[in-house]
Amino acid sequence: MKNDIVLSMRGICKAFPGVRALQNVDFTLCKGEIHALMGENGAGKSTLIKVLTGVHPKDSGQISLAGEEVSIKSPSEAQSLGISTVYQEITLCPNLSVAENMFIGRGNYRLVKWRTIEKKTTEILSKLNIPARAAQQLGSCSLAVQQMVAVARAVDMDCKVLILDEPTSSLDEHEVEMLFALMRDLKSRGVGIIFITHFLEQVYEVCDKITVLRNGEFIGEYEIKDLPRIQLISKMMGKELDDISALEKKDTERVKDAEPVVYEAEGLSSSYAPHTFNFEVHKGEVNGFTGLLGSGRSESVRAIFGADKPSTGMIKINGKKVKIAKPRDAMKHGIGYLPEDRKEDGIVADLSVRENIILALQVMQGFFKPFSKAEAEAFADEYIKLLGIKTASTDTPISSLSGGNQQKVILARWLLTNPQYLILDEPTRGIDVGTKVEIQKLVLKLAEEGVSVTFISSEIEEMLRTCSRLIVMRDRKIVGELKGEEMTQAKIMHTIAGEVKSND
Amino acid sequence: MINGIKKIARSQLLVPIIALLALIIFNLFRDINFFTISLITNNEGNQVLSGNIISILTGASELAILAIGMTLVTAAARGQDISVGAAAAIAGSVFVNILRSTQITPGVIIGAFVACCLVAILFGMFNGTLVAIFKIQPMIASLILFTSGRSVAYWINGGASPTVESPLISHLGSFIPGIPIPTPVLVVIVFCIIVALILRFTNLGLYTQSVGINERSARLNGINSVWIKMLTFMFLGVCCAIAGVIAVSRIGLINHETILLDIEMDAILAVAIGGNSLGGGKFSLIGSLMGAYIIQALTITLYAMQVPSTDVKAYKAIVIIAIVVLGSPIVKRYAAQLRDKLAKKPMKVTENY
Repeated sequence: MKNDIVLSMRGICKAFPGVRALQNVDFTLCKGEIHALMGENGAGKSTLIKVLTGVHPKDSGQISLAGEEVSIKSPSEAQSLGISTVYQEITLCPNLSVAENMFIGRGNYRLVKWRTIEKKTTEILSKLNIPARAAQQLGSCSLAVQQMVAVARAVDMDCKVLILDEPTSSLDEHEVEMLFALMRDLKSRGVGIIFITHFLEQVYEVCDKITVLRNGEFIGEYEIKDLPRIQLISKMMGKELDDISALEKKDTERVKDAEPVVYEAEGLSSSYAPHTFNFEVHKGEVNGFTGLLGSGRSESVRAIFGADKPSTGMIKINGKKVKIAKPRDAMKHGIGYLPEDRKEDGIVADLSVRENIILALQVMQGFFKPFSKAEAEAFADEYIKLLGIKTASTDTPISSLSGGNQQKVILARWLLTNPQYLILDEPTRGIDVGTKVEIQKLVLKLAEEGVSVTFISSEIEEMLRTCSRLIVMRDRKIVGELKGEEMTQAKIMHTIAGEVKSND
Repeated sequence: MINGIKKIARSQLLVPIIALLALIIFNLFRDINFFTISLITNNEGNQVLSGNIISILTGASELAILAIGMTLVTAAARGQDISVGAAAAIAGSVFVNILRSTQITPGVIIGAFVACCLVAILFGMFNGTLVAIFKIQPMIASLILFTSGRSVAYWINGGASPTVESPLISHLGSFIPGIPIPTPVLVVIVFCIIVALILRFTNLGLYTQSVGINERSARLNGINSVWIKMLTFMFLGVCCAIAGVIAVSRIGLINHETILLDIEMDAILAVAIGGNSLGGGKFSLIGSLMGAYIIQALTITLYAMQVPSTDVKAYKAIVIIAIVVLGSPIVKRYAAQLRDKLAKKPMKVTENY
């Protein structure tokens, strides 16, 4: 077995100012193995990968490739040693062709023979079963295919170790299947794959082994069959699972139809949500929009918040007719919106955690009434404590926080405005299990306090757990509404699929 | 104290501070008399301060004011306005021509100043509209005024270089009787205090930075990014008006071709030397101010070294390249690595992560 080890990392330590990111971490990867690297946000997964790929120098420890100790100082060095990384965000050029993307920056050619390159690309694509043409512009491919091209590029550069950092977070189910088929294919060719994801299902579907990190420490390496989900979660969180199961058992009888209507839209539409829809929200209710990715969930709530300018529709808040044409209007009427794309629409990267927390309330307060530093500090401290945000200080730029903590900051921003109706679009995407549970609990607690919430998530279980009413969407249209007893996974699936089955 | 030094070492002000210190040390060794400030009697019979330091402070006045405006535009619009020299020429022409049309009293001067501010704000709104509403790159948008502005000034002046002769104006450009500090320096001080108050009592800083860093996010938090960008251009317009008035008052005439020529480049440079990203977002006005005075100090130093005025620009360029490279991300990264190596141990560690 010893000979099969392609990569071994021993006693890796890495510290950043104020944070001990990795302490004595071990990691072993064998040939033809898909190895999941699991841990909550801030557990050190990304740092470990960055040490491995030469982005950050390690403080101590050793890395060996195929038994030989190596010192990796830069990403290109890692590349030449056969370590390739495919990141969550596509790092290729969408305006170039697939073939150009495959061969760009490889540097072995002075003169480029485009015909050879296209031929070679076509070969690789067909070998790996990637549904794309060599001459096609990359941007015209679906996200999944772009992701696969990135993988193909990595593989073609003779890689022995392939790192997939959250490759599936923006893919739909079918696309994930395609990517997994590719991964299995590569596995059979002897490539060692390190797979980082937040989707437990996916880990159990493709992986052979799991290494768990927590707070920068190595917790253990397990064969997949020896580690049931519940145990994995408790190892990642470092606590027993009463919390999660308590949430599971929550009764689904939380229908709030009798409560007064807080928000009511009639014939609402925008250029991105072209089909007019009616929608109402009761006080203290948690409802949700569900449907496949691209079914128009996000576009609908964006129209509600005025993030996309509504083209038609009549809106009533607490029974009174109002106009919501832009986010500022919605905020005035006590609506908060946590956007789907945290990086592009949520955080203001270079600003501090404090400034990010107070931003929305500050804007509502007005241009001429800035909070004093002490007031802002007090607000920030309160919510950092309330939500358990892990940050070195309130002055830390938000961009240096882990994804889950960034999301909590955005949540804090809206909670601080004391909204009567809060829209959360994918608040749990790309964040760890522990934080997910915390956010779900928070949503339920808010509802108990009388806040209405619209909750959107790609994970149906999560929506079943939190929502009392589900709006089902397909092809940008609302195709059904489920509540109470009707809310089962099967029923949702059928509604999305458009099959009419009464008892399932 | 040590913490203070550490804080500076990591802040964006490190490079301008080093540059300023280097200039001071260089001059200390070159000629200690460079720093002499003396009280002399000028030709109007007033006791006034004189010396190289005073020349630097006075000479950089227009640049300092424009650098502050340029910093805000850069932060919000993620680009630079290259028409500030032309806009100042227009504002100065308006100022001079209003003064020439009537008896000059303090009230008339204030009125003329307000009028040229309004004109400059209009031109700022023109640039702002192109940038904020039509989403044109700031440099391209302001290129229009950059090429045409001095022609507009020419029309206003009727093709001549009109003069204003009034003791009040020369007081504005040099010294007010009884006050030994040059008036332009006083203007800069008052201006800085007003800007500091604006930043303290409004959300201009937070909003401009938010818009510059992430416009989409700013909008979703209710910030009107179009208005904020427009506001920064209008503010820069006021800066142009003040700079134009100072420049005119110094010499008592307006020459549309030479007044504040090429100052837009120095203003942009001041922003960059101050450690501000020309790509917008977070900013430090103190940095830009230091940048402005560093540029002027460099010029005065070169003059003091008897460098012919025709050669000054070339020498200036050499020093500025050094400063800019010193502040570049690559050098900063190496400096950080070096610092870590020297410190040997990793930095302070907290448990809570």
